Amino acid sequence: MAVDRKRWFGWAGAELIIVVAALFPVLWLLSLSLKTPATVNDGRLIPKTFSFDNYSSIFHQDIFTKALRNSIGIAAISTVIAVVLASMAAYAIARLEFPGKRLILSASLAIAMFPPVSIVGPLYDMWRTLGLYDTWPGLIIPYMTFTLPLAIFTLSAFFREIPWELEQAAQMDGATPAQAFRKVILPLAAPGVFTTAILVFIYAWNDFIFALSLTSTTRAQTVPPAIQSFTGVSQFTAPTGAIAAAAIIVTIPIVVMVLFFQRRIVAGLTAGAVKG
Amino acid sequence: MAGITLDDITKRYDDGYEAVKNLNLEIGDGEFLILVGPSGCGKSTALRMVAGLEDITGGRLLIDGQVVNDRAPKDRDIAMVFQSYALYPHMTVAENMAFPLRLAKVPDAEVKQRVEQTAQILDLTQHLERKPANLSGGQRQRVAMGRAIVRSPKAFLMDEPLSNLDAKLRVQMRAEVSRIQSRLGTTTIYVTHDQTEAMTLGDRVAVMRAGVLQQVDTPKNLYERPDNLFVAGFIGSPSMNFFAARVDGDTLKLPFADVPLDDTHRRALSQSNGRGDLVVGIRPEHFEDAALVGEQASHGVVFEAPIDITESMGSEVYAYFNYEGAGVSHDELAELAADAGAADLPDTEGRAVARLDAETSVAQGEQARLWMDSSRIHLFHEDGRAIRVDGRGAAAVAPEAPGEAGEAEVPRT
Repeated sequence: MAVDRKRWFGWAGAELIIVVAALFPVLWLLSLSLKTPATVNDGRLIPKTFSFDNYSSIFHQDIFTKALRNSIGIAAISTVIAVVLASMAAYAIARLEFPGKRLILSASLAIAMFPPVSIVGPLYDMWRTLGLYDTWPGLIIPYMTFTLPLAIFTLSAFFREIPWELEQAAQMDGATPAQAFRKVILPLAAPGVFTTAILVFIYAWNDFIFALSLTSTTRAQTVPPAIQSFTGVSQFTAPTGAIAAAAIIVTIPIVVMVLFFQRRIVAGLTAGAVKG
Repeated sequence: MAGITLDDITKRYDDGYEAVKNLNLEIGDGEFLILVGPSGCGKSTALRMVAGLEDITGGRLLIDGQVVNDRAPKDRDIAMVFQSYALYPHMTVAENMAFPLRLAKVPDAEVKQRVEQTAQILDLTQHLERKPANLSGGQRQRVAMGRAIVRSPKAFLMDEPLSNLDAKLRVQMRAEVSRIQSRLGTTTIYVTHDQTEAMTLGDRVAVMRAGVLQQVDTPKNLYERPDNLFVAGFIGSPSMNFFAARVDGDTLKLPFADVPLDDTHRRALSQSNGRGDLVVGIRPEHFEDAALVGEQASHGVVFEAPIDITESMGSEVYAYFNYEGAGVSHDELAELAADAGAADLPDTEGRAVARLDAETSVAQGEQARLWMDSSRIHLFHEDGRAIRVDGRGAAAVAPEAPGEAGEAEVPRT
């Protein structure tokens, strides 16, 4: 009993440290975003006076609202395309034996390991020539390049977990391979699909380096580089409060998405399909 | 409903391994055929070829008179019950059973009615809204059966459907399967490695070994007239005892007794050139405590043997006795022993089992007088083929099992 107790406190303590370390910066940002420019540097966690001026000001700035729209659009499209492509590729990799399977896997892994910084320069030149500079596809393509390998890996692990017999059972029940995939395999791989979707979305949403280098105007600029170009009210005021408010705003979709999908990312969905 | 014909069906994998070799089987309309054999004998592969889940390398497969080699599983109109049940975990019991009907675009009202009817047959009515994860093993098994019978297919294929159940439930479900099959009268191929299931369920049983069909017959005939050592050793529990023996004139010299040969056996031996060294098989129930044998004692032989162990089953007693001399070493028997896991046990050579009446006074560690019914002995050539006279009195040597020997003579490419 004593040991259990000690253990419980040990774990609780460790978890508390991690939660505080992760959430404290967010709390600080929240505090900054609610302060007035005069009190930004007072070093207090709880602001003396609460003000929503920062929030209303950023939503009146074209640069932020358009960037928000770009961010949502680009991240959503990247996610959908990446998940669709990855689930088909992962399914093939999990189920079929074909020549070059290992090559595809290792090539995609190699691409994922490429540091983005090293290809930004060449991409900049290529996109300018191809007319993709400062467009949505100009960002969607590199995002998919870097998220597909991870997505394929995650999904193929999930597909491998699904007993092959289920699919054969579906075929015996009269399903075409496409129907078996859609009605049996995909619903069972849903946790994997959602996990992958979240990962891809977060990658695209958080990216700074591609967005900064491959966009220049509100046509395709996403939130991270847009925040960076915020200016203060005059050239002598730092836009700290506005940046904090924007950071809080862009955090919200991620939190909502994770909370929303968390219910679906429950393990053991396949329990009961086969014995054991 | 339809008959199924396997015409010279062969399965060869890319690496050259032949899982099923020239399998010929004719399954009549409404027949319940059991495919039985030790693990790795190709029985599941054969079933999966009928299902369409494995490609057929050679030969023709006919369902209802039509060649279906190249048809997808869904176009063969047969249902399969998997060993793992393969229930769809994201669907309720009702949805699981409705799935094949929905795919076939059956109208909603009819789907509902047929699912309910099937649930009634299988006693699943109160579980229709539950998910497979919340069902017991026996219930899951019934759902798997329900999914197969709900759309009245031409045939059922069952791949060891009971092997995941515990022993008691298995016996109940065995009776259930038998009841359902005879009620629906649907052609059924049932794969199992359990000879008890094979004996109790099937109209006919096909025994396979290493991809080769050994014998197809009714359970009774398989038991009483096995074609070779493998079938003899596989069918029956406890399994048949085998002894090395010699024919010397009109007597058969067994390690523990000399047995005068009766007419039928003599005739069989002379017509099949059986002389010299033989293998003799005797089922445990053809031994008896000599003290309990009444009038029938005349057609048997009494001998003395030291009893090693006795196991009382209540209704009968298994007595293991020792005898002098070497046992039978034959690769067909070695394979059976390996399949049963007995290969790892200490040597059982020189020991046989007798199934005695519960009244017996035979005791462990003592010398006992046992009687053997010499008219019920099975004779085999050293290569494993049975030597026997068939029912009409003519001597018949069972057709040589196309095992390794036959394979070498007639190489197939």
